[in-house]
Amino acid sequence: MTASEYLSAVLLAAGSLFFLAGTLGLLRFPDVYTRLHALTKADNVGLGLIVAGLALQAASWTIAVKLLLIWLLVLLAGASVAHLVASRALSKGVRIWRR
Amino acid sequence: MEILSLGLAAFLLLNLGAGMWRVLRGPTSADRMLAAQLFGTTAVAILLLLAEASGAAALRDVALVFALLAAVTAVAFVRCAWPDREEHNDSE
Repeated sequence: MTASEYLSAVLLAAGSLFFLAGTLGLLRFPDVYTRLHALTKADNVGLGLIVAGLALQAASWTIAVKLLLIWLLVLLAGASVAHLVASRALSKGVRIWRR
Repeated sequence: MEILSLGLAAFLLLNLGAGMWRVLRGPTSADRMLAAQLFGTTAVAILLLLAEASGAAALRDVALVFALLAAVTAVAFVRCAWPDREEHNDSE
């Protein structure tokens, strides 16, 4: 294995860990707002690390750019969806969790 | 590297199965929708890993469609399936 393959493997594993953290957060956190927080970490950082790891192995530039574009689309969608869901939950009166 | 990609794809699939618990539990429909959003992103990651491992480039296009559909689904959910009681937000 070359150095870039090692780096790619580390990035892929780290991305999967973020997905695990996001799933755990979705299962364990107490209300919609905190679950949104966990979800966006998996969306942004988890997928970002996996895309970075795969782009290192990509055979050509077009594949790497396509991976990047997929990630950017998910970033944009995740940000707007988180905003929409949180503001609608707030205006519908979903209680914010307090200890 | 193929072994690693396939293993991580299987691991993400297990994550997805665990997320099913939130879909079953709720309590609000927004919680179920958030779980569906996570499924969308995880599916994108799985498809990208499989595209790398199996060399099927078309799976990247499938991942792109999944990313697009997840976004459209969530916006449609907020606008139509989970409406505001006073509707004062809909004039935006």
